[in-house]
Amino acid sequence: MAFQPIKQKYTGAIKEVVLGKDDRAVKIGGRTAFPFLNFEGEFPNPPRIAMEVWDKDPSADWSDVAKAPFQGILSDPPAWAKKCVEEYGAELIVVQTKSADPNGDNAPAEQVAAMVKKIADAVNVPVIVWGVANHDKDTAVMRLVAEQCADRKLAIAPVEEGDYKQIGAACLGYNHTVVASSPIDVNLAKQMNILLGNLGVKENNLVIDPTTGGLGYGLEYSYSVMERLMQASMTQGDDKLQSPVISNMANEIWKCKEANLSAEEAPTLGDPEHRGILMEAVAAVDYLMAGADVLVMRHPQAVKLVRGFIGTMMSA
Amino acid sequence: MGMTGIQILKFLPKTNCGECGVPTCLAFAMQLATGKAELEKCPYVAEESKAKLAASAAPPVRPLTVGTGEYAVKVGGETVSFRHEKTFVNPPGLACLVSSDEAEASIQGKIDRFKACQFERVGLNLRPEMFALKDASNDPATYKAFVQKFMGLCDASLILICPNPDVMAAAMEVAAERKPLLYAVTLKNGPKMAKLAKDFGCPAVVRGDGNMDTVIKLTENLGKMGLKDLVIDTGTREPHRLYQELTLIRRSALATFRPLGYPTIVFPCEMASDLDNETLLSALYIAKYGSFIVMSDFQAHSLFPLLLSRLNIYTDPQRPMTAEQGIYPIGNPDENSPVLVTSNFSLTYFIVSGEIESSRVPAWLLVQDTEGLSVLTAWAAGKFNGETVGTFVKKSGIADKISQKKVIIPGYAAAISGELEEELGGWQVVVGPREASQIPKFLKTL
Repeated sequence: MAFQPIKQKYTGAIKEVVLGKDDRAVKIGGRTAFPFLNFEGEFPNPPRIAMEVWDKDPSADWSDVAKAPFQGILSDPPAWAKKCVEEYGAELIVVQTKSADPNGDNAPAEQVAAMVKKIADAVNVPVIVWGVANHDKDTAVMRLVAEQCADRKLAIAPVEEGDYKQIGAACLGYNHTVVASSPIDVNLAKQMNILLGNLGVKENNLVIDPTTGGLGYGLEYSYSVMERLMQASMTQGDDKLQSPVISNMANEIWKCKEANLSAEEAPTLGDPEHRGILMEAVAAVDYLMAGADVLVMRHPQAVKLVRGFIGTMMSA
Repeated sequence: MGMTGIQILKFLPKTNCGECGVPTCLAFAMQLATGKAELEKCPYVAEESKAKLAASAAPPVRPLTVGTGEYAVKVGGETVSFRHEKTFVNPPGLACLVSSDEAEASIQGKIDRFKACQFERVGLNLRPEMFALKDASNDPATYKAFVQKFMGLCDASLILICPNPDVMAAAMEVAAERKPLLYAVTLKNGPKMAKLAKDFGCPAVVRGDGNMDTVIKLTENLGKMGLKDLVIDTGTREPHRLYQELTLIRRSALATFRPLGYPTIVFPCEMASDLDNETLLSALYIAKYGSFIVMSDFQAHSLFPLLLSRLNIYTDPQRPMTAEQGIYPIGNPDENSPVLVTSNFSLTYFIVSGEIESSRVPAWLLVQDTEGLSVLTAWAAGKFNGETVGTFVKKSGIADKISQKKVIIPGYAAAISGELEEELGGWQVVVGPREASQIPKFLKTL
């Protein structure tokens, strides 16, 4: 019997979204088939890797493995961001505004926004600004950020049900992209997109953050929600979920206990540097296969491995 | 997929004799359709109908087992392309390649690391299961001695890689008892290699040449010989193309195209320049339709992430993973350490225990069986209330380990504190934070 390939019938495609502007714009999404199945669809843009930069020195929270590539510049976020772009080839930068956390440093909004601007000015790639998921604080910070970086066409995250009106309005006012966050649930993701649509946010300015779990710590939930989002939007005719998906994974992967244990603490878990890097890279592969369009990553070596993987998977 | 009850009814005698234990043939057909009854119960169904019904009821991806004993690997039996559509059933076997001309120290290192790679997690033992023993000699006596020696060193399940049926036959004299997977039947060695698999009752890989029609021809030919326990190697070693082929094989299998309804084997060891890149490809094929994955080496820092991703992808989405009910001491707590209670949803347990650990405050964590529900859901469902928590705290035996009777409950369950104090009698109930991320701060200011 001769082989008859069964092709998936697609009813929709992922919208293309432009991050940043002018000669430093980066396009995401736009694909018309499930991940890397280019025999049945078009893939105008590969999945992108964004490297994260914290707006405060993360030394107290990070293991030696994560710190090593950025030795000497972790307390200098603009220099850190520059190194990610110039040395490690980051296509996008995510600024994590950790200093704003009311349960942590609780830095004033003006100070946080000023640092975001400095970091953004230091790099020539599109910037995603990621808050601390505290509605009041994120609103205060992002309003200032939106205004002070008006010319950059940022993406701003997380925009949640509790603050979408305020942050969404700030994004609309200065033409930034909205990253709509919802807690691991297809219906809630859809609701966010509808609410933001009603507010006036255009589909080409909208990205979905379905919430990311760590490897061994809930990855399967995020993985399946991404696959369900992908099926709903591409094969089940739901036109409210056709936004590209971003996975803010670095935080979650490196929070896992095992990503940070030293060789003395975990003698059976192999080389600590390789372990951390491969935990991040393996989770990245899983999220790519589930349909992520942008990955937020931390370790340059993991970034390099995953970039190579994406290259392989985009081959004709 | 399987037939409906009405379709099945056409093959039944329609006499409503009731001898199957169900009053009517229609009712029996309905039970067959949902897998609740077995066809054997009907004494009157024609042999021809039986064969047709059995063929239709067979799972779309043939289940089979390689190996015996504790390292046996069962694969296949899958019924969906995406895990959320039902669940993935049998996780892929992870194998390490060893060559008959490999230095003894190198082989011993791989075996030592194989044995050391055992990670305990939510009551499961995560570990690799297999070795792939490759012949480099093309000499029956050499390969046989190599396989025999290896079997004496290690209980792993085996894949025997050897293109020459005469050499394979020699190895099978010693290896057959371990029910290895034979690699591989090709167009060239087909008749002789297939006969070996049949004679020894072992599963075999069919190796294609990158053309799916070759694979189909091989599985059809072997099927006619009565060989059903087959595994597919399409022959492709280009990672992207192989992913697409495996996707198409799964789709064909689910459409009950039988010649492709078999598990698969992939070789990251032949597809990447180093172990890091092999690890990424292995992750790809764990997620997307690989059944046996052969790597060039076993290293804990590469296996650990893969075992976690395999665990996550193959967890049944219909049944949450749970931690065992009980007392979990964190950081060597003593009689003055705080006591916290939470639910047994595995994520809740991981996150809460992780946060307590990172606070560096020694503590007792009580994990209550809430049938895998998170705190808020369990509370809403009445499975985490004053009575259940109180009963559990009393029975847990924690009172014998501490000097002051004080228990910290999750902020989301604040409403149960009064009821719990009543139930426990003489205990102080403290309401902790709602989110686990606030636990370190909370414990430090306690």
